[in-house]
Amino acid sequence: MTKKIKNLNLNFGPQHPAAHGVLRLILELDGEVVEKADPHIGLLHRGTEKLIENKTYMQAVPYFDRLDYVAPMNQEHAFALAIEKILDIDVPIRAQYIRVMFCEIGRILSHILNVTTQALDVGALTPSLWGFEERETLMTFYERASGSRLHANYFRAGGVHQDLPAGLENDIAKFCETFPKIINDLENLLTDNRIFKQRNVDIGVVTKDDALDYSFSGVMIRGSGVPWDLRKSQPYDCYDQLEFKIPVGKNGDCYDRYLCRIEEMKESVSIIKQCLSQMEKGPIKTFDNKISPPSKTEIKQSMEALIHHFKLFTEGYRVPKDEIYTAVEAPKGEFGVYLISDGSSKPYKCKIRAPGFSHLQSMDYLIKGHMLADVPAVLGSLDIVFGEVDR
Amino acid sequence: MNNLIDLEKKINSELTTKINKTSIKHNQINIEIDKEDLIDVVLFLKTNKDTKFRQLIDITVVDYPEETQRFKIVYLFLSHEFNQRIILSYFINENELISSLTSVFPSANWMEREVFDMYGVNFKDHPDLRRILTDYGFEGHPLRKDFPLTGNSEVRYSEEKKKVIKEPVKLEQNYRNFDYESPWQGTKYIKEISETNDKKN
Repeated sequence: MTKKIKNLNLNFGPQHPAAHGVLRLILELDGEVVEKADPHIGLLHRGTEKLIENKTYMQAVPYFDRLDYVAPMNQEHAFALAIEKILDIDVPIRAQYIRVMFCEIGRILSHILNVTTQALDVGALTPSLWGFEERETLMTFYERASGSRLHANYFRAGGVHQDLPAGLENDIAKFCETFPKIINDLENLLTDNRIFKQRNVDIGVVTKDDALDYSFSGVMIRGSGVPWDLRKSQPYDCYDQLEFKIPVGKNGDCYDRYLCRIEEMKESVSIIKQCLSQMEKGPIKTFDNKISPPSKTEIKQSMEALIHHFKLFTEGYRVPKDEIYTAVEAPKGEFGVYLISDGSSKPYKCKIRAPGFSHLQSMDYLIKGHMLADVPAVLGSLDIVFGEVDR
Repeated sequence: MNNLIDLEKKINSELTTKINKTSIKHNQINIEIDKEDLIDVVLFLKTNKDTKFRQLIDITVVDYPEETQRFKIVYLFLSHEFNQRIILSYFINENELISSLTSVFPSANWMEREVFDMYGVNFKDHPDLRRILTDYGFEGHPLRKDFPLTGNSEVRYSEEKKKVIKEPVKLEQNYRNFDYESPWQGTKYIKEISETNDKKN
C-alpha cells in the first residue's frame, strides 16, 4: 500500500529566539529534512538609504551605527573613508590608530556575540554568560570615548570626534592582558566539546567556488579556505603598519567558521596592543575648518570659528561631484558604501553593501538536505544581524 | 592583471565593440556599456584568465528623474586574484526591461529583487522577482527621487475594527527642508518665494 506524503510548510520566526532578530523563514520539510528555505526579510527595514539622501554628511553618520548594531564603529569607518577619498583629505596618524583600535574592539564585540550565541543555539548556556561580561567591558570603552555604549557616532570625515579621555588607553591595555584568558576559557568550553562538534562539524559546508559565486566575504569566505581580508589586501588607514595574521579555515563548515572567529579575536587583541604602543599624542582630526568643526575655546574667541561652526552644523560641508565605492573589512565581511555626491552638502545616493544580505540569501543553498535542528546552527554561523540586512 | 592601466587596456582591446567608455577613478575602473551587452561583458570579466572578476559585490540603481534615460544601473565586481575592483554601468528608460544576472551569479537574485523593490526596475528571466525589503502589499518604489521621505501611508491599530489598518500619512507639520546655501559666498540662483506652501513651516 502506498501512502501520499505531503511536505510540511513551517514558519520559523519572525519571533523566534534562534532567528537572531526578525527573520521569517519559511521552511518546506520532508519529515525532518529541509527541502527548501525561503527567508522573508525586511521586517526591520527603516529606509536608511533614503534617510541618508536627505541628511547632510555629518548627520548621516549615526545611521551607520544602527546597521550592524553589534559593531557600530566599523560601519562608520566605511562612510568616513568614502567621504575622505572624495574630499582628498589626510587623516592625522593618531586618529587613524584610534579608529583602527575601535574597529578591532568592534570586531571582538561582534565575534563574542556570534560565537556565544552560536553556542547558545546548539545548547550551551555558559559561554554567553561569560562572553557578555566582556562585551560590557568593551562597551564601557565605547562609552568613555564617544559617550554612548552602542550608537557611538564617533568617526568623522577627517578623523574622530574627540580625543580619548585620560586613562582610557591604560584600561584598554589592561583589558588586552586579561581578555586572552577569557578566550581560552571559551575555547575550553567549546572547541573540544563533543556536543558542540556534533552539532557543527560538517554542517553548512561551503565550497570555495560557491563562496565566490554567492558573494560571500569575511569569515564566510575565509572559513572555506580563501585567504582574503580587506585589511591586508586593500589596507585602509594604518592597517599596513600593523602586523597580524589572517586565520583561514579548511572545510568551510560551521565549526571552521567558529574557529576562525576565535582566532580573529586573538589577532584583534594583538592589533589593539600594537595600536596602543605605536600611538603618539597629536591631533585627532583634520585641521581644515571647512570640514571639521573648531574647538569650543576657539568659538568663544574667534568670529570666524563661530561662523564655521554655525555653517558646519546647519548647511554642512559640501562634497564635490564624484562617485566612489569604498569597502572595509567589518566583522561580518565586506561592508561597502557606494557614494554619489553632487556637489551639495547631502549625498545624492548612498548605497550600503551589507555582508549579511548576501550571506542570508544563500540560506536555501546551505540548508537544503539538512535537518530542521541544523537551521539554528547554520543561521548562527552565518552571523546575521538584521540591522544591516534590512537597512 | 595586477596593473590597473594594463587591465583597462586589456578590457578595451578584447571588448572593443561592447564598451562605450572606460575611466580610472579612485583606483577602480568605471566601464560604460550598452544594456544588450551586459551578459557578454560580465561573462568575459568573470571567466577570462586576465580579469577573473569572480565576485559580484552589489547591484544598484541611481535615479536621475530629469534625464530622459532615467535610471543608471550599476554593477560592482571584485577580483580576488588580481585584487581589483570594477564598476559597470549603463542607462535605461523608465519602463525598460533588463536582463537578469542570476544565470551568471546566483547572488544576483536578491540584489535584483532589491533593485526591483526600491526602484521598480524590471528584470527578464529572473526566477523569483518579488518585493524583498518593503512590507507585504506595499505600493510604490521608495528610493525613487519622487517618492516622499515620509512615505504615502502609515499603519496603526484600529480599536473599532480590531485590526491593523493602513491610512494616508497625516503630518501635523510639513517636512522642514531649509535652504542653507551660504549667503556670503553668494547663491547661484535667485531664490523663489513659493506661495503654495500654506502650512506653517
